[in-house]
Amino acid sequence: MWDYEKRLQYPVNIKNPNAKLAQYIISQYGGPDGEIGASLRYLSQRFASPYREVSALLTDIGTEELAHFEMVGTIVHQLTRNLSMEEIEKSGFGPYYIDHTVGVWPQAAGGIPFNACEFQSKGDIITDLFEDMAAEQKARTTYDNILRVVDDPDVADAIRFLRQREVVHFQRFGEGLRRVQEDLDPKNFYQFNPGFDRCMK
Amino acid sequence: MNCEQNKLLQEINILCFTVVELTLFLDTHPDNQEAMRHFDYYNRLKKEKYEEYGNLFGPLNLNQAKGRNKEFQWTMQPWPWEGGNE
Repeated sequence: MWDYEKRLQYPVNIKNPNAKLAQYIISQYGGPDGEIGASLRYLSQRFASPYREVSALLTDIGTEELAHFEMVGTIVHQLTRNLSMEEIEKSGFGPYYIDHTVGVWPQAAGGIPFNACEFQSKGDIITDLFEDMAAEQKARTTYDNILRVVDDPDVADAIRFLRQREVVHFQRFGEGLRRVQEDLDPKNFYQFNPGFDRCMK
Repeated sequence: MNCEQNKLLQEINILCFTVVELTLFLDTHPDNQEAMRHFDYYNRLKKEKYEEYGNLFGPLNLNQAKGRNKEFQWTMQPWPWEGGNE
């Protein structure tokens, strides 16, 4: 069960619109390594976790990703406020504008819509945690790529915060994986699925 | 989950649902005084029940979580989807 808090996790106050940048950054809203995919991944994987510590991690990080989803949506919204038609056409934002005006919609930078095929919920906590660690690194790389094309300090500040959270989440998932592995046979972690083959535990 | 815990949780569910309904109504009727009075009343009852539940059975949310136990109850108490396992 969730409650909404009427604040951003980290403030976003962008003064200058920039449609081109919005089109890049929207990838972290609904792209292959974006925040909604991250949230749905962790919040879906929780059910098959046989370890309360890992369930806690997936719940709490999955929840934080929703806050990041909101921050990225805010960045895109603020970057597309008060655009002139000339700016829309010159910046390459035209195709997005035709379909969504300046509404925020989950898509990748290249226009591909958000798709649940961008993540897995495999029902095996070892497999899932490896995916989660990779996902955090992929998002971190995306934020690094974004930072290379950003010269507005208002945008860079929020993006740097989001990038740093990817690093922290990666660390915590690594610890979650260690928690699972210390409960298993160190000679063969993959003897059975600790969430499915209960009788062998 | 024991009987008393279950009963208290059920009361919280009812109060929270009431508050959700009043919130939705107030979203489209933000100047309705009667709805606001109901909102205040049930929201207060809700907070009291949370307090009671949290003290007796552990945290329902992170605002109630406390670091003074042997282990962090938020992490180690059952998750809601574990129901019916005992």
